[in-house]
Amino acid sequence: MTAFTSLILRDMRLSVRVGGGALMGALFYFVVVSMIPFAIGPDLNLLARIGPAMLWIGALLSTLLALDRLFASDHDDGSLDLLTMSSLPLELTVAAKAIAHWLTTALPLVIITPVLGLMLNIELSAMGYVALTLLAGTPSLTFIGLIGAALSVTLRRGGLLMAILVLPLTVPVLIFGVAAANAAIVGPAPFGPPFTILCALSLASFVLGPFAAAAALRQGQE
Amino acid sequence: MKTDRMQLICDSLACERGGRQVFAGVNFTVSAGEAMVVTGRNGAGKSTLLRVIAGLLRAAQGQVTLTGLAGAADEASLPEQAHYLGHLDAAKPSLTVRENLTFWADFLGASGDPAIDTALEAVELDTLADLPAAYLSAGQKRRLSIARLLAVKRPVWLLDEPTSALDAPSQARLTSFMCEHLAGGGFIVAATHGPIGLDAPRELRMGAAG
Repeated sequence: MTAFTSLILRDMRLSVRVGGGALMGALFYFVVVSMIPFAIGPDLNLLARIGPAMLWIGALLSTLLALDRLFASDHDDGSLDLLTMSSLPLELTVAAKAIAHWLTTALPLVIITPVLGLMLNIELSAMGYVALTLLAGTPSLTFIGLIGAALSVTLRRGGLLMAILVLPLTVPVLIFGVAAANAAIVGPAPFGPPFTILCALSLASFVLGPFAAAAALRQGQE
Repeated sequence: MKTDRMQLICDSLACERGGRQVFAGVNFTVSAGEAMVVTGRNGAGKSTLLRVIAGLLRAAQGQVTLTGLAGAADEASLPEQAHYLGHLDAAKPSLTVRENLTFWADFLGASGDPAIDTALEAVELDTLADLPAAYLSAGQKRRLSIARLLAVKRPVWLLDEPTSALDAPSQARLTSFMCEHLAGGGFIVAATHGPIGLDAPRELRMGAAG
């Protein structure tokens, strides 16, 4: 087995074991989105209109929530030292961790989205599109969050700082993600353009995130 | 692996942490099959020196090089040729002993079939192989770390207080592992306060000046 796949498998295994956070993100997402109908009241039209935005905010928060221990736990038990001493470049190491994190945290969230859509009065036909925007957009949330997780690795309570650092960077993803989801539900703008930009944002963060995170980790070792 | 002419050369190394100079002008050369013990009072920079050699800290001045590596490995940098046994054992509590070791063997690039079971037997953890690492004692975790050095062959061993938490039989076993490693043409740089059982290792005293 190569170093890259063995790291992905280890991180996935860790997150489904005791103390891992595999389904926490999805549960948090579920709880947050479930609160919204209670807060807004039984105005079905309003719910349908703001539904996609609420789903996206929920996805954003739960992705970040689970990210803050991504490097911190490896740093605390000395694993991070050994991870940097492999022949695998640090950029690929952090990318492997991000992929494992996306698979265990963000993917369950995409899968339960159609169920949550029912609560927000989103039509069944449009639900697939909303889930599709999350599928295309959450990788960029993970890979942008990766940078924040790497920056805050040596801080004891890095979680809040990480959210402050990362949330502004996710604004474009949020804008185009919600725009694409709204286009699918209420129209009249076409679904294609915002969705394509969303995919582009994901691809760009896929390339930039690991380099920035690896650089941040190297600085943090000083 | 042809290791006859391999040398670990440390050239006027200096390191600063938090604006304070930890050490400066550290020079030494270790040849294949040699062990060097780094001694000195607390805070003299023993651990820092090991971390600089392992590439985990940047040197303010000077450099460490590994010369004379045979063949394709020539390109590899020193951290990829070194094992670092630090104060922390890098064991994930929720993974079993075997899973922990298998991961590090895969990740650190064991060539061929990593000898997981042999390594676990050598440190007498084979009966606990399927126990989550959370239930290990400090000494057992340390032995799991040592098993990593055996499962993945790397010429340079950087050991920071390797005997801490180990009982007498385990210390004796560690000594025999180190002797085998040296006999196979490996290097050992160990930071320690007490004797580690090797006969006549070279000694580097840190912070002698003050």
